Amino acid sequence: MSRHLPVLLVVVPLMAAPIAALVMRARAAWLVALAASWWAFGVSLALLRRVLAEGVISYELGGWAPPVGIEYRVDEANAFVILIVAAIGAIVVPFARQSVEAEVSEDRGALFYSAFILCLTGLLGIAVTGDVFNVFVFLEISSLSAYALIALGPDRRALTASYQYLILGSVGATFIVIGIGLMYVMTGTLNMADLAERLPAVSGTRTIPVAFTFLTVGITLKLALFPLHLWLPNAYAYAPSAVTAFIAATATKVAVYLLLRFFFTIFGAAFSFDTMQLDRILMPLALVAILSMSLVAVYQRNVKRLLAYSSVAQIGYMVLGISFASVLGVSAGILHLFNHALIKGALFMALGCVMYRVGSVRLDSMAGLGRAMPWTMAAFVVGGLSLIGVPLTVGFVSKWYLVQAALEQGNWPVAAVVLMGSLLAVVYVWKVVEVAYFGEVSPEAGIREAPLGLLVPTWTLVLANLYFGIDASLTAGVATRAAEVLIGGLP
Amino acid sequence: MSPGALAAFCVLLPVVAAGLVLLFRNAPNVREGATLLMGGATFYHVWALLHYVRDHEESLRFSLVEVVPGVELAFDVEPLGLLFALVASFLWIVTTLYAVGYMRGHHEENQTRFFFFFAVSIAAALGVAFSANLFTLFAFYEVLTLCTFPLVTHHQTEEAKRAGRVYLGILLTTSIAFQLLAIIWTWQLAGTVEFRDGGILAGTATSGVLGAILILYVFGVGKAAVMPFHRWLPAAMVAPTPVSALLHAVAVVKAGVFTVLKVAVYVFGIDLLGTLSATTWLAWVAAATIILGSLVAFRKDNLKARLAYSTISQLSYIVLGALLANEWGIIGGGMHIAMHAFGKITLFFVAGAVMVAAHEKEISRMHGLGRTMPITFAAFFVGSLSIIGLPPAGGSWSKWFLGMGTLEAGQVGLLAVLMVSSLLSLYYLLEVPVKAFFFRPPEGSHHAEGIHEAPLPSLIAIVVTAVATVGLFLWPDLAYELMSMVVSPGVAE
Repeated sequence: MSRHLPVLLVVVPLMAAPIAALVMRARAAWLVALAASWWAFGVSLALLRRVLAEGVISYELGGWAPPVGIEYRVDEANAFVILIVAAIGAIVVPFARQSVEAEVSEDRGALFYSAFILCLTGLLGIAVTGDVFNVFVFLEISSLSAYALIALGPDRRALTASYQYLILGSVGATFIVIGIGLMYVMTGTLNMADLAERLPAVSGTRTIPVAFTFLTVGITLKLALFPLHLWLPNAYAYAPSAVTAFIAATATKVAVYLLLRFFFTIFGAAFSFDTMQLDRILMPLALVAILSMSLVAVYQRNVKRLLAYSSVAQIGYMVLGISFASVLGVSAGILHLFNHALIKGALFMALGCVMYRVGSVRLDSMAGLGRAMPWTMAAFVVGGLSLIGVPLTVGFVSKWYLVQAALEQGNWPVAAVVLMGSLLAVVYVWKVVEVAYFGEVSPEAGIREAPLGLLVPTWTLVLANLYFGIDASLTAGVATRAAEVLIGGLP
Repeated sequence: MSPGALAAFCVLLPVVAAGLVLLFRNAPNVREGATLLMGGATFYHVWALLHYVRDHEESLRFSLVEVVPGVELAFDVEPLGLLFALVASFLWIVTTLYAVGYMRGHHEENQTRFFFFFAVSIAAALGVAFSANLFTLFAFYEVLTLCTFPLVTHHQTEEAKRAGRVYLGILLTTSIAFQLLAIIWTWQLAGTVEFRDGGILAGTATSGVLGAILILYVFGVGKAAVMPFHRWLPAAMVAPTPVSALLHAVAVVKAGVFTVLKVAVYVFGIDLLGTLSATTWLAWVAAATIILGSLVAFRKDNLKARLAYSTISQLSYIVLGALLANEWGIIGGGMHIAMHAFGKITLFFVAGAVMVAAHEKEISRMHGLGRTMPITFAAFFVGSLSIIGLPPAGGSWSKWFLGMGTLEAGQVGLLAVLMVSSLLSLYYLLEVPVKAFFFRPPEGSHHAEGIHEAPLPSLIAIVVTAVATVGLFLWPDLAYELMSMVVSPGVAE
């Protein structure tokens, strides 16, 4: 059985999705989702442990050898991504029980959990597969289920947000499949390792740079790199709280992984950065994202939108690290992928608690919550401090590596921008803190602390923020190894 | 337990105290008693570390965890840190006593929250004192900023909120934009962030680069209130006076100048520091802060504001001491941590006592108050002597050594700055007790007939610190001994 773990990671949740839809009762569907997500988490831990001990895991689907058959290939980079996606899934599903009950109507509950499991499956599939067309298939699975999940939000604007994401996301996915198609035409293979070997021979042609470009645009759209981020703020703001917590912590992270996989493993760092000069595009966009999006976040009155713009800025940090194309830079990017998932997951779940009791996440509705919902707001404060990058939190560890990567290349202005982003984060985080702790809550509203079912998952992620901020040896170690593997080409 | 673990234990004790404060939130006397007890225990254990520092036999380093490869969260006990820890832990006890009188006399709300964050702040200050490397110091430094925020904004008024923004804004901006950059740059160049005798940066880069890093450190340590990053200090005066007294005369500001001294001695090393041109330039920035702080203090009628600017000025004495880059400067600067702490805390205690007992905040309205509150204003007189630098107060010793430091550095101009500042502080500080004792009360004031001093616990605290100020003049030995060990490590005393 352990031999088949890479495929079971995806197959078990995939089978669970229709079961969740069939059981029809929301509570039962939730149980199915719980089982599927916890299964995925367990498998992800086992996979990471095996990869760290034995090296790359290669699995042939159905026993058919690549390049004709589909191969699932797990190295340190995607084992790490699989872990964070599965972990977030395993924590958000328990959170979802009460949160979704409050925000999504009962008759849609089973469909909700079915779509949720499908989304999880899709994301895990993108991360685990070694075949580029398989990537596209799972990308579509995760995207379509995400559109459905977002549309289930309690606010009517969720429909338009979902539609906007659908249009833009489909454009992105189409660009990606065009890129894949062009690569297939020139090399005759869809297997990642095989492509890496065959691409250098044809990279002189006109077709391959065009394929590269289509892929860049498509992936950066999915990644929500400025200026292709327009779908993100509304999608995050109006989706159900559990969906926002899940997607904010996973979807863009998997897109970052795709960036890494295509541009380091398949095309190779030399082609991507020396020939195609990808860093000349990524770095400026990342810097603009960090500064402009943090600034926009400051002026938001809806806290979920505030955090959504913050997420676009944080994606800028990840892409910035990658654009250095050095071991230090790429490991900073991968590390922040993990850390940011923990940070935003915790923050959005805290907001989910607020939504549950208050029914709104507008800034003015949060007045005085520091007293009315002390544990929830304390979780928000710790998550906010992590976002700022206070030492002893994960956010600090990411900044440590990022600034180091910049200084290693003698790049002063970039180091300054990274730190400036932290200062802007102080402003928008403190806006919320001030309202919560200095405002007055009206006693008739009768706001109580959130229930344990919501607080426990939230605080689990908050404590993870602190744990991995104090002892970052595991995460930093794996990120560095992953970066070494990626930059060194295929192992 | 090993001495390093003992240091970690000292940092833990105030955290335990904070827990006890929460536990006994409904029994104020037990709550305050718990704080005093834990304060005593903390001071006792910090004092016990003195023996190990004198011996210098065993390694005192204690590592908690390795955060990222090569960077640990670790504690180490060395003489400068021990001096700071002794001052902070002793004055915690005294200030708690004072706070009991003040908070109750002033009918302050949210006292549990107050004593809770007070205790946590002391833990953070001790963490800074006992840090073994720049990362640990930075971590506790930031914790100190964050957990003093609820204390500064205690009253939760609009004014408090605005002051809190200035406080946090300046301190976090300087620490993230400058100090963190300097630390990561140091890590890049030296391959380590550990504090070592003789520094870690020697020979790692050109003097231009090292000078830039020094500038980043000095301005990055916002808590040292070097101009132009000083505005947080007067803004923080909106806090209840015990907060101003302990944190902004002792713990927070001393953590700042302590960091500057620590970086000067254990990251750069005095020898390297002396070779950089940036050192001289920054010394004059400190000198400017000394003079400008005193000049602004002159114009303030609000007593706490005057004391705030006096503190800004006095902190730059210590920064100057560090930047003189010679032994006398370091010794003088370090000793001033202790001398200024005891002197200034007395002055702040008086300011609070006057607020509680006579409801006055402006100096012009305190004329004649000396007849109603003789002990209080006598203490103010003694504390002032220390700040001015006159015998029989401890501040005279640190001034003396700082003066010697300027001469050894060949900077007579800086000596003149010290003298001018003393003259200015003579006027703006002694004005208070002199007018309190010898002038008639102003029109429309309601000073009580007969003696009407501050509440007793507060009065006891005031007398203790005033007596200690004189005591430090008569027995400066411990402070001198510890600072001598800093400048000549490994030499048997």
